[in-house]
Amino acid sequence: MTPEALVEIKGLNFSYGERSILKGINMTMLRGKVIAIMGGSGSGKTTLLRLIGGAVTPSSGYVKIAGKVVHELKRDDLFRMRRKMSMLFQFGALFTDLSVFDNVAFQMREHTDLPEPMIRDLVLMKLQAVGLRGAHDLMPAQLSGGMARRVALARSIALDPVLIMYDEPFTGLDPISLSVIGNLIRRLTDALGMTSLVVTHDVQESLKIVDYVYFISEGVIAAHGTPAEVRGSVAPFVHQFVHGEEDGPVSFHYPAEAYASDLKLETGFA
Amino acid sequence: MPRRIVIGIRGVGHRVIDSIWRLGYASRFFLLTLLKSGTSLRRFGLVIRELYFTGVLSLIIILVSGLFVGMVLGLQGYETLQKYGAESAVGTLVALSLVRELGPVVAALLFASRAGSAITAEIGLMKATEQLAAMEMMAVDPIARVVAPRFWAGVISMPFLAALFSTIGVFGGYLVAVVVIGVDEGSFWSQMQNAVDFRYDIVNGIIKTCVFGVAVTAIAVFEGYDASPTAEGVSGATTRTVVTSSLAILGLDFVLTSFMFRGMS
Repeated sequence: MTPEALVEIKGLNFSYGERSILKGINMTMLRGKVIAIMGGSGSGKTTLLRLIGGAVTPSSGYVKIAGKVVHELKRDDLFRMRRKMSMLFQFGALFTDLSVFDNVAFQMREHTDLPEPMIRDLVLMKLQAVGLRGAHDLMPAQLSGGMARRVALARSIALDPVLIMYDEPFTGLDPISLSVIGNLIRRLTDALGMTSLVVTHDVQESLKIVDYVYFISEGVIAAHGTPAEVRGSVAPFVHQFVHGEEDGPVSFHYPAEAYASDLKLETGFA
Repeated sequence: MPRRIVIGIRGVGHRVIDSIWRLGYASRFFLLTLLKSGTSLRRFGLVIRELYFTGVLSLIIILVSGLFVGMVLGLQGYETLQKYGAESAVGTLVALSLVRELGPVVAALLFASRAGSAITAEIGLMKATEQLAAMEMMAVDPIARVVAPRFWAGVISMPFLAALFSTIGVFGGYLVAVVVIGVDEGSFWSQMQNAVDFRYDIVNGIIKTCVFGVAVTAIAVFEGYDASPTAEGVSGATTRTVVTSSLAILGLDFVLTSFMFRGMS
């Protein structure tokens, strides 16, 4: 393990019953970097995040965070480790019964004994970082999708984590919110010295902000490299994915029997 | 067709095993809720907030229904009793019916459909929108933080709601029998006072409401937590809460009644 690696994944396998989702994944994520994991829908990206967060146990292999194997931790130790990491869910997952302020303050109130005036200062500072200090007494239902995502981002940096995982942070955002979120991920990672792990299929936005990219396809790492390497890659899968081509190694058609025989067309009839 | 029969038997077997498994799962969840209630008791503010949603917001439906049930009892009771010249016993009839049976049972049924369904829908939606998963990732146990406070709020508010239901029901009976029909006020109240026993009638009624409160809220939080995280999943869970807890209330009522009142006079 190199001294700066925060997350180390070795020979990771995972299956739901018979169905194999991840097959022998190896990754190393260095501290202070923004790393993207890309892949089509259903390629096992979200499962990988759940494995890193310790929500599910791998069939074989391991995920090590700061030298500790995640699935071997006891529940208390796992919870202690989770206080140092956080996760931004696809649609923010803000607590709908709490205001923006209380959402950001949630973890501080649950996990620390900080006095209320200090919590107020900290919450306003976190909200200032995402540009929503003025929205602190709104309820989640009053926010737009992009604003909700930014509040969720403020909430996930509430306790200054060392690792943040983002599950599809760009889904369903307009172009302005999209680049706001992208830039925030980059700026906060640099300012707070965190490590960010972005699971996404938004190629153009994420290539602008990340340091390293892993492509996952059908449960294996199809390719990896820096954004410049990825853009110039001639590997068929990477090329298809980065340029959004309809056909390539990932076929447009779901596997089916031959078209003609499915339509009951015998040869010679047409 | 022997094959169809085999499939049929297998289907029945599956259903039975699934139901028993689910019952076991629900019991374990109930025990887990009790074990993780420490946070709710230490930070009682969490429970008080939920008391407002389950208890205070159920007041209107409980009070209005109680009033009407009492008024109907007064009217029907008078109709029958006056045939035997016993119309002054209408107070006794209203009070005993309410305190022993109708108060606990009808209040619990209303509570299940008003507060129980709301609890299920809320927890189910929190699950569907990944709020529970987010909480877990923040190292906060959702059973301790979300489920247990709602459970205790339901258990605490149920007896009070039933007591208010019975009280306003007695008042409804009084309105119809004494104020409208003109039964003698003195005998209405004094017969009631003579007939209703604190230990035998009122305490037994309170025990019933406590049992119903635990049953309804335990079912509601479980169904919400167990809902599949989709729109259909949450709506199905809400329906199941109302159906299961109504059946549980009526079934438990029979069991409790047969232990409490076995025709002794």
